[in-house]
Formats: sequence, structure tokens, C-alpha cells
Amino acid sequence: MNIHEFQARELFAEFGVATQPGRVALTPAEAESVATGLSGGKLVIKAQIHAGGRGKGTFKNGFKGGVHLCDTPAEARDLASNMLGQVLVTHQTGPEGKEVGKVFVGEAVDIARELYFAILIDRATSLPVVIASTEGGVDIETVAEKTPEKILRLSISPFLGIMPYQTRLIAASLGLKGPLMNQASKLFTNLYRLFIERDCSMVEVNPLVVTQDGKLMALDAKFNFDDNALYRQPSIVAMRDVTEEDPREVEASKHSLNYIGLDGNIACLVNGAGLAMATMDIIQHAGGSPANFLDVGGGATREQVASAFRIILADSRVKGILVNIFGGIMDCDVIANGIVEAARETGLSIPLVVRLEGNNVEAGKQTLAESGLKLESGENILDAAKKIVAAVKTAS
Amino acid sequence: MSILVTPDTKVLIQGITGSFGARHAKLSLDYGTMVVAGVTPGKGGQLFENQVPIFDTVDQAVRETGATVSAVFVPPPFAADAILEGVAAGLDLVVAITEGIPVIDMMKVKEAMKGCKTRLIGPNCPGLVTPGTGGKSHGGCRIGIAPGYIHKKGNVGVVSRSGTLTYEAVWQLTTRGYGQSTCVGIGGDPINGTSHLDILKMFNDDPETEAIIMIGEIGGTAEEEAAAWAAEHCKKPIAGFIAGATAPEGRRMGHAGAIVSGGQGTAEGKINALRAAGIEIAETPSDMADALIRRMKR
Repeated sequence: MNIHEFQARELFAEFGVATQPGRVALTPAEAESVATGLSGGKLVIKAQIHAGGRGKGTFKNGFKGGVHLCDTPAEARDLASNMLGQVLVTHQTGPEGKEVGKVFVGEAVDIARELYFAILIDRATSLPVVIASTEGGVDIETVAEKTPEKILRLSISPFLGIMPYQTRLIAASLGLKGPLMNQASKLFTNLYRLFIERDCSMVEVNPLVVTQDGKLMALDAKFNFDDNALYRQPSIVAMRDVTEEDPREVEASKHSLNYIGLDGNIACLVNGAGLAMATMDIIQHAGGSPANFLDVGGGATREQVASAFRIILADSRVKGILVNIFGGIMDCDVIANGIVEAARETGLSIPLVVRLEGNNVEAGKQTLAESGLKLESGENILDAAKKIVAAVKTAS
Repeated sequence: MSILVTPDTKVLIQGITGSFGARHAKLSLDYGTMVVAGVTPGKGGQLFENQVPIFDTVDQAVRETGATVSAVFVPPPFAADAILEGVAAGLDLVVAITEGIPVIDMMKVKEAMKGCKTRLIGPNCPGLVTPGTGGKSHGGCRIGIAPGYIHKKGNVGVVSRSGTLTYEAVWQLTTRGYGQSTCVGIGGDPINGTSHLDILKMFNDDPETEAIIMIGEIGGTAEEEAAAWAAEHCKKPIAGFIAGATAPEGRRMGHAGAIVSGGQGTAEGKINALRAAGIEIAETPSDMADALIRRMKR
């Protein structure tokens, strides 16, 4: 689950992580009043979308840049009016861009240094790891590739948490001395506490800045939360912005279906995540283009299959469906009946290829053959993939 | 011989009275597995299916029945605790079936387990099966949720992160007359107890295992590490399949661990690593058993 920059700031405020003063605004008038409430210096206006590259992005109305500096609250209002309700396209949003519903209005900071600080779970060690670098404000993957010696990686004990001596070690490696070292210790400790208490999978502060007047603050942050832990993080769940998500995926989650939308025209419906990924892959291998990932899990009941068909069919790009089920404990005939009823219920009229294998498969194939529906059976996964690709080509 | 479990292994099931646990405890019993105990706090003293005694704690169950392995069918908020209870009771093996355990919980479990004798498999895994010699491989040891009848006693070891994709490979092998020594599902989570490499080492040392199928997917570097080790140390033929070549970057594809991050953990990278290690690659999931047969004939 992702959150907006302004929500990241709310988390920073809650956990005492120093950041630039400011608030979010939903209208140009609000932008002006927020600006008026700040300390009176230079201002920064930032479009709030779930994507990076905002500074270099362009709005579809022609306005350039999702991040602007200005001097007065009136200017803040004008800038906000150019952004709010407009669609911003950046190198991370894709060509369709994202609509800007809110802007952040804050005190611009005079940056002396830009650093990088992140916490994530390292799969190799199964421990939290801090990643820190003097090279902030740029893409950390490029730094890792070109100058890896400028990146410090430090494992943290999940039972001890980040120790004060570790925060000082990191600060020293970043060249943070004197009062900055104490500020750094406090910031790193509080950010780690946030990471653990809110079940994050990643927190990335880029840039972590030192201002001209010697203050350390998190200027921008990306958060990622562990989906498995959302059941115990109601305040994080409350931050979810469904308008930033694919509407097909939002609908699917309401039916407890594991669905990810892609760009192709051949939809698939599978039981099991590994098999579902393999099914997407084999559609492409057979010359087609997968429209989605869809795992119905252990219970492909008629209701679930019908819901899945409806979500798939709501996508006008979809020109064919491949159902691939390995009935391990599930009875293939029960699944076949579920598919037939769902196809009838949803008025399915595009090509459908069904590949069943496993428990009671012969009865299942018979049910499909006798259904009177226009569908084909696949002998194996590759055969099924070839058939659906061919059927979609013929129909188009 | 098989690895990890034999038909004589005594198994206890944590969460045996929940609908998920009960269903699969019954299927394991039907398969001939020696399910000797169940554990559900508060239900100690009851009988499951009129034959399996239920206990309040794993410790009691182990002392009364001598069980050495547990299957954990406990919901995510309580699963980490259940795993550690099994470890504390001195079990040889804990197989965590549960999907959805918070990653930070698993991080703590792994740290707490360091130095303990218990091996953890999973979480978010289908479990493991050592097939029996009866009809439809009855009489073996089935721990978890895999369908028993697809297996056949034989000499191919199977290790995988996935559930149904594993069943595909097993069924392909069985229908071509190639049985399995042990099939191990290590699960789809990013932090787990046992890796492909751990299982490959066991298969390499197992006299009954003559060939291996390895099934992986995007995310992490487990398959690459296993392949590098196999290139140096494993003389037995291996075939592999990697799922997720068409998965978009940065998205979690069902399994919590199936995610390409910052260009790392791609299917292409894994396939290249496996090929470089001399592992025969199945181009499609239909080809997994045939890929191994090709490799065995080389």
C-alpha cells in the first residue's frame, strides 16, 4: 500500500521526525491561507500524486512542473490553481498521468547538502537494514551501480532496535558533525521506530537535507507498507487513496480476489499465484498479451468465478479468457459447473478456453463439452494458451 | 529414504479445530499420515475425528505422543507465536502453512530461532509430501495442503515456492512414470525458514533422490544462490522453471515475496543463473517433467 507525501508528513509529525513545515491544500484559496500561516519566507508548492519525478513532469493542460517555488501566498494560490484538478504526467506515471487532488504548501528550505536514508527489510539476512549515502537527491540505484562505496548498509537487530551508537556511526559516515550529529541520532531513531511500529516494508527519505542554517530534515519520503500487517494498522488503512489505484483492482479486492491489471487483451483466471504467473507467461510465450494476473486461491466457487468474470469483462480491452485450474483437492466437475454458470450469468460472448487438470477431470471436461456454451478445452497449459491466442486472432 | 519426513514420522497439527486445519488434518489421515496429536488452546482433552487427541499446548502434545513435526494452520495474527511454541517444544520441524503473517513478525521469529535445533519451512507454503507405496501413493507422509493422490513413490525430488504449480510438476512426473522421493513447498513469502539451497543440499545427500525439479518465481535471489551452489556441488540432474517473466516491476504478484524491486529478482536473471549452472530450463509450465527427462538422458 502506498501513501501521499502529505500523509508521510503526518507520520513524521506523529513520530517526531523533523521535516519541512507546511500543510496540504485542496483548493487555491486554501493554498493561499496555508501559505499565509507559514513563517513568511520562500514557499514551495508540490502536487500530491503517488509517483516520483513530479518536478520534471508536465500537466496535460500545458503547465510545466509539479513542484514550484514562489514568494507570496497569492502566487501560491495561482500555482495551486494550475495544478489542482489537472493531470500530471511524469516518467513514473505512464502517459495517462495522474490527476492532482491536493497540493502541499510548505516553507522552502535553503539546501546545503542532500543525503539519502532508507530503511527496508533485507531478504538475504531477514533483518531490517539501514541504507545511507551522501549522494541524496538522485536515483540511489545509479549510485549503487556507479559509486557503491558511497553507500553504507547497516543491519539492525529486530530485538534491540537501532542503537544510539549505530545512529552516530551512520551520522559520522554522512559527515554530520556537532549539533547535526545529535539531530541525526534523533531523526534516525524516530524513523526506525516508525518503520517498526507501522509495519513498513520500506521507508525512503530522498533527499534528507541539511539546510543552510544547520537543520537536518526529511524533505521527501516514500513509504511502502506490509500488506500482511494492515489488519493491525487501522490508521494506515485509513490513508488508502483508492483513486490512485487501478479501479479493476479496487473492485477485485472487494471480492477477495487477488487481481493485478496489465495492458494486454487475453485475461486469465487461475488457482494459485505461481500458476497464475506462469499462465500470464505462457500466454505471451504463445504470442498473446496477458490482460491480468488473477488468483482465485483455494476456493473457485461459482460466486467467485462469476465475480472474476465480471471484473475481467468490465475491461473493454479483453478479447478472450483463459481459465487454468489445477483441481488438487477441488473437484474439477464442481469447478466446471461454476464456470458454466458464471459464463451464462455474465452473458459471456468472447472466446473462452478452459484447461482443467486433477481431481475428477474427466467429469469436468464432460460438463464443459455438454454445456452448449461456446468454449474450448485445452489438453495442457500450452495447448490452452495456443488455442486462446488463435481464437482471439480469429475473432479480431 | 526421502528427506525431512518418512511415512513413520509422527505429526501434530496446530490449529486442528479451525476449518482449514481440520479439513487438511482429515485429508492427511486419509492419506495414511501418522497424525498423532492436535493442538488448539482451550480444547485440550477433546478428540479429533474420534481418533486424534487434542492438547492445549505443543509441549503437552510432544510429551504425550512423541510427535517430532508440526503443521501450523493458525491465523496470521497468532501464527508467529504458534511457530515459536513448536520451536520451544523442541520439534525437529515446523511447517507453517499460514499465508499473511506480517513480515516483521517473521523477522523476529527467524532471529529468535537462531541456534535452535528446529527447522522451519514456510510460512505461506503448501507443505511437504513423502509419497507412500500404496495405491495413489497412500501410506506416505502428507504435511500441509497438497493433494495426496497426484504423487507416486520414486526418485525425483521437487522443491518449489508455489502450490498449484508444484502439483502440475508432480502430476506430470507421476503420469510419465517418474515418482518422487519428497516434494517440498518452501512457500511464497520474502522471509522464510528454508530456501531452495537448503533443500537442494538435502536432495544431494539423499541416496533415494536421483534427480531434482526446482520451481521458482520472481523476487529475491534464492534461485540464483541455489544454482551457484548446484554448479559446484550437485552431480544429480536438475530441471527448473521460473514463473513471472511477464510480471510488471514493483508489483506483488499474489505471493508476498514475488516482487521485482529496483530491477532485482527478475525471471530473466534467474533463468540465466540456472542455465549457467547447467540446469535444464522448462520454457513453459507444461514442460517441467519433460525438461527433467531430457536432462536425465543427456
